[in-house]
Amino acid sequence: MARIIVVTSGKGGVGKTTTSAAIAMGLAKRGHKTAVIDFDVGLRNLDLILGCERRVVYDFINVINGEASLNQALIRDKNCNLLYILPASQTRDKDALTQEGVGKVLDELSKDFEYIVCDSPAGIEKGANLALYFADDAFVVTNPEISSVRDSDRMLGILSSKSRRAEKNEEPIKEYLLLTRYDADRVKLGEMLSLEDVQEILSLELLGIIPESKSVLSASNAGMPVILDEKSEAGQAYADVVARYLGEKLPHRFIDGKQGFLKRLFGGRK
Amino acid sequence: MLNTSTTPALEFKSSTFFSPILILFTNDIAAIEQTLHEKIKLAPEFFKDSPVIIDLRELNKQNQELDFTCVIELLRRIGFFPVGIRGGNDQQNKQARALFIPIDTVRDLGSSIVIGETQKPEAVQQTNIKSETAPPKESVKPAAIPPVPAAATLITHPIRSGQRIYASGDLIILSQVSAGAEIMAEGNIHVYNTLRGRALAGVHGNTAARIFCFDLQAELISIAGDYKTSEDINKQTYKNPVQIYLQDHALIIKEIA
Repeated sequence: MARIIVVTSGKGGVGKTTTSAAIAMGLAKRGHKTAVIDFDVGLRNLDLILGCERRVVYDFINVINGEASLNQALIRDKNCNLLYILPASQTRDKDALTQEGVGKVLDELSKDFEYIVCDSPAGIEKGANLALYFADDAFVVTNPEISSVRDSDRMLGILSSKSRRAEKNEEPIKEYLLLTRYDADRVKLGEMLSLEDVQEILSLELLGIIPESKSVLSASNAGMPVILDEKSEAGQAYADVVARYLGEKLPHRFIDGKQGFLKRLFGGRK
Repeated sequence: MLNTSTTPALEFKSSTFFSPILILFTNDIAAIEQTLHEKIKLAPEFFKDSPVIIDLRELNKQNQELDFTCVIELLRRIGFFPVGIRGGNDQQNKQARALFIPIDTVRDLGSSIVIGETQKPEAVQQTNIKSETAPPKESVKPAAIPPVPAAATLITHPIRSGQRIYASGDLIILSQVSAGAEIMAEGNIHVYNTLRGRALAGVHGNTAARIFCFDLQAELISIAGDYKTSEDINKQTYKNPVQIYLQDHALIIKEIA
């Protein structure tokens, strides 16, 4: 049986797709056969971040509707042969998703994969609800600003009441916090919420802090999950996240920011 | 002529009022009149010129025919001001409309979570006058009325933004209540953690209900319809352990030392 992970946030633009691509790649790189599904039907992005947009033939909705088999729709990643992508349909909307259809696809994937990563769309409507419904674990992606924290809090309420586990009165979804786009310098200036501020409201197990980094955007544009950029802070942070999720005890990094000696000397900003 | 001054002629505001609700258990006008007189004798000042809302749900459950016009005339004769009807059937609502009496349809709680059935001690009498807020939300009372007070509801998990909790008795929460969450109880509310959302105690008009919390950062607190928003909460009590209660229709927030 596969473990189903939903990457969710409520708010848009916080880094759900970047995170989905990074952790799916991270899990696969560590030898776990992993599938990542784009639930953002109509606004397909995951294929771009993973650099497989030119190989999309069939999509998630085709599989749900029985127009293609799962094997036809799954795209094997070119960097890691244990990672498979199930892209969203760009021409349809969220109404094409059905609980029954999603359940069937996940069941079938479960037979063959160790981890299934569901990249949730923003919002709290059908797409987001179906992305989280079958989940075992939730990665709540939050930016250090109040509206993102409030939306994450709302999403946590939905995770605990509208999931399959909640409906069947099973053990609740395990919820983890991923604080992304964290800029330690701006936290020090009081322009951004600190980890402490966020945890005061969300109080979740912290899986990692992803520092704001130029490498994220350049990796996205290049169609390479940022976790493959081992030199970048964001890439290392995601590698830590995957390791912690798999049970390794690692100290948290990037909370206080990097103080290079040049910066200490001149006090400049990078 | 147009009013050219800067102050507008009028303004609409939303507000909550107290009104006794007269629940009828019989269609016998003479019996109603006699019981009403007995009640009035007990507290003549309280009932003098009092507005009253007539609740016909019990009566209609028993399929008893009622001359609604007759009841209104009786109430007006002995000094009440009937201001509303609820739970009436089509015929009664039509009569009410003809007498210019507003009709309240009983709404249920919508998407909120109702925990525990309403179990209120209610003396089964021929007429029963209870004080209630004219509430925006109320639960439908069950047909059975066992004389047992509702048990307390205990919640150990966090109440997240957007969640609503309703308890028919006391509500005890061990975890935090987030901003944007709403907790309601017919009895007291205890939050042994940070309270950031809205807390409404005594929602059915229990003015003795209290709110207790470890860390007051609430958006809104209310007891039996009297409320304060976070703007009106004294900064001294903010972020402190407090109890909140009603005294002469004023909400008192007091630190728990």
